[in-house]
Amino acid sequence: MQTLRRKDILGLEEMSAEEITLILDTARSMREILQRKIKKVPTLRGRSVLNLFYEPSTRTKASFELAQKYMSADSVSVAGSSSSLVKGETLKDTVRNVEVMGVECVIMRHPVSGSSHYLARSIEASVINAGDGMHEHPTQGLLDMFTIWEKKGHLEELKVAIVGDIRHSRVARSNIWGLTKMGAEVVVAGPPTLMPLDMEGLGVKAYHRVEEAVEGADVVMALRLQKERQESGLFPSLREYADLYGLTPQRIAGAREDALIMHPGPMNRGVEISSELADGSRSVILKQVTGGVAVRMALLYLLLGGAKEE
Amino acid sequence: MTNKDIYITGGRVIDPSRNFDQKADLLLSGGLIAQVEKNLQPPLGALKIEANGLIVTPGLIDMHVHLRDPGQEYKEDIISGSLAAAAGGFTAVAAMANTDPVCDNSSVVRYVCDHAARAAVRVYPIGAVTRGLEGKEMAEIGRMKQAGAVAFSDDGKPVVSGMMMRNALQYASGIGALIIVHEEDPSLFAGGMMNEGAVSSVIGLRGISPQAEEVMLARDLLLLKTTGGRLHIAHLSTAGSVELVRRAKSEGLPVTAEVTPHHLLLTDRAVKNTAYSTNTKVNPPLRSEQDRRALWEGLLDGTIDTIASDHAPHHPDDKDVEFDFAPFGIAGLETTLPLLLDEVASGRVKNLTLPLLIDKLSLAPARILDVPGGTLQPGSAADVTIIDPKRITTVTPAAWYSKSRNTPFAGRQLTGAPVWTIVGGKLVMKEGAPAGSVEQG
Repeated sequence: MQTLRRKDILGLEEMSAEEITLILDTARSMREILQRKIKKVPTLRGRSVLNLFYEPSTRTKASFELAQKYMSADSVSVAGSSSSLVKGETLKDTVRNVEVMGVECVIMRHPVSGSSHYLARSIEASVINAGDGMHEHPTQGLLDMFTIWEKKGHLEELKVAIVGDIRHSRVARSNIWGLTKMGAEVVVAGPPTLMPLDMEGLGVKAYHRVEEAVEGADVVMALRLQKERQESGLFPSLREYADLYGLTPQRIAGAREDALIMHPGPMNRGVEISSELADGSRSVILKQVTGGVAVRMALLYLLLGGAKEE
Repeated sequence: MTNKDIYITGGRVIDPSRNFDQKADLLLSGGLIAQVEKNLQPPLGALKIEANGLIVTPGLIDMHVHLRDPGQEYKEDIISGSLAAAAGGFTAVAAMANTDPVCDNSSVVRYVCDHAARAAVRVYPIGAVTRGLEGKEMAEIGRMKQAGAVAFSDDGKPVVSGMMMRNALQYASGIGALIIVHEEDPSLFAGGMMNEGAVSSVIGLRGISPQAEEVMLARDLLLLKTTGGRLHIAHLSTAGSVELVRRAKSEGLPVTAEVTPHHLLLTDRAVKNTAYSTNTKVNPPLRSEQDRRALWEGLLDGTIDTIASDHAPHHPDDKDVEFDFAPFGIAGLETTLPLLLDEVASGRVKNLTLPLLIDKLSLAPARILDVPGGTLQPGSAADVTIIDPKRITTVTPAAWYSKSRNTPFAGRQLTGAPVWTIVGGKLVMKEGAPAGSVEQG
């Protein structure tokens, strides 16, 4: 099997369609391991990984940790609050200290955009970006694509509508880059204050009415709405947001009947998505989570050179 | 000890104060410019500088630098900053007030003047407009002026209150004091990290809208209509700002403006192209290509009077962190002149000539600050910069005299560099290194 010819996974903007295809193909093999009764392979035995989370995370962190365990890697997890960051040590010093303990790959979530780029050029170990500020969350983008690909059998020519706070969303950015590279059409919708000021760089069409955006869509993806956006004056209230932009069966009536309903989690039920949709037959929200483990196993395998012999 | 006379022969002499641009010899004597003539007889005992193929100009003045002294001497101090200035071809700099303690009273002004006496170049203190740069109470502008402050500015911060700004302009007009403003509306700035636009939308850094600068600039220009006083706008960065100043000047308002080399040469794409290098983090931020072009237009048509480095030195450790955590600022004393000379040499900017550049870097700032310099008129102070327009250098921060290393231009190969810097008839820099008589930091 091929490996990725790169040290780090920092974003999908810089990744080619060929690389994405390789990752998705590899994830499919990994998913088979997940379906076994004994979910453990020796592939990464003796390899060491650091999970460094400067922001809270349940799903992503658990997903990475399980991926490491299923592949027999040794790993250590450090959470932001308990890390030395609060003691005034720099990120670079923190990671270099762990690096000399033998860590070959660092998974990092960090509130500042570009932190994973900064880390990648500061250390020799591989870096996987588990979400950096408002920039990218490439493994989420990959698992979303994996979920769609498994359900639809292809990505090209699909219409994907992403609804919500595009402006502050690293999930949206990674999905936009990944999906457009794979030949899908991506449209976005949300209130103007939650749209990037300039859509030109992202190269997708933006709507202010959700109904228009989802017309004929094969996939409708809701984004998490963060309450602090209301506090900073970008919209009046959660209930008004739910009334005007929340996804409900009625609002997305124009989407294809077999449209997939997605959400990266954690969900605010009744705000950006109704429970009726989230728990309905078209929802693949939990499938996204399962796919997440497979995709992360694939990335660890490809980056740490599973193909390399010890 | 009296300095040896200096005889500069065979150079192209450019003196913007007299529209003088021809081959001539110079004699500097007793700290003054004694003679500027063709085929001057070489005097006995004078230090001879062979300037064939070189450009001889009035000493260059950088009217906007941060020397971090007092208080943050680990970033820069008056001596190291002045050596950097001399190495960069400047004979005088004006040091901003955002030190620790803030230069908001005559004692700190005198501290700067005292240290400046031992510096390689002339260092003019700029006093704060408001106490502690807090925007609430007016600082003792008059007493600071008496102590030697050449202008007043809260630079680094805007004067947020409109009434405070109005009072400061009005009060300053009574004593002929110049106010320099850093235009920024804090609510529109909104914790931004880079220019708001297509690039920030892609790379996910919080944007700083051009409006953050323009709204404040428009306010101050409106105030200036009734207050009297002279207003200088620091580091213009947007096309909208250029247009506002252009209109104000056409209405006859007493306003001047500056631009930095980094805003003339870089755009917000640099943040992306360097994968979030904190050396591209500067305030005001690097803007769009359209803004960059408008700044050149403004410079060439006279809307923008001068080029200043906004030299903002930081310790390498301060910049070696995640983008949001790094301080704003680019160090520019040792790159400003080579970068601009390279623009002239390359011909990339139509109508950018050497005499125009020299005017913007010498006569214009001298007039704005009302300080000596900007001229080679016999009888004036012997501040002279000698430039080799063909010398090729590479931007090498590790070799700087500044304590800082923060530049987005590292590694650039540039054509044109200062080779001799003379302050008050004293040689302070030759061939890019400080001359013997200069105190090292």
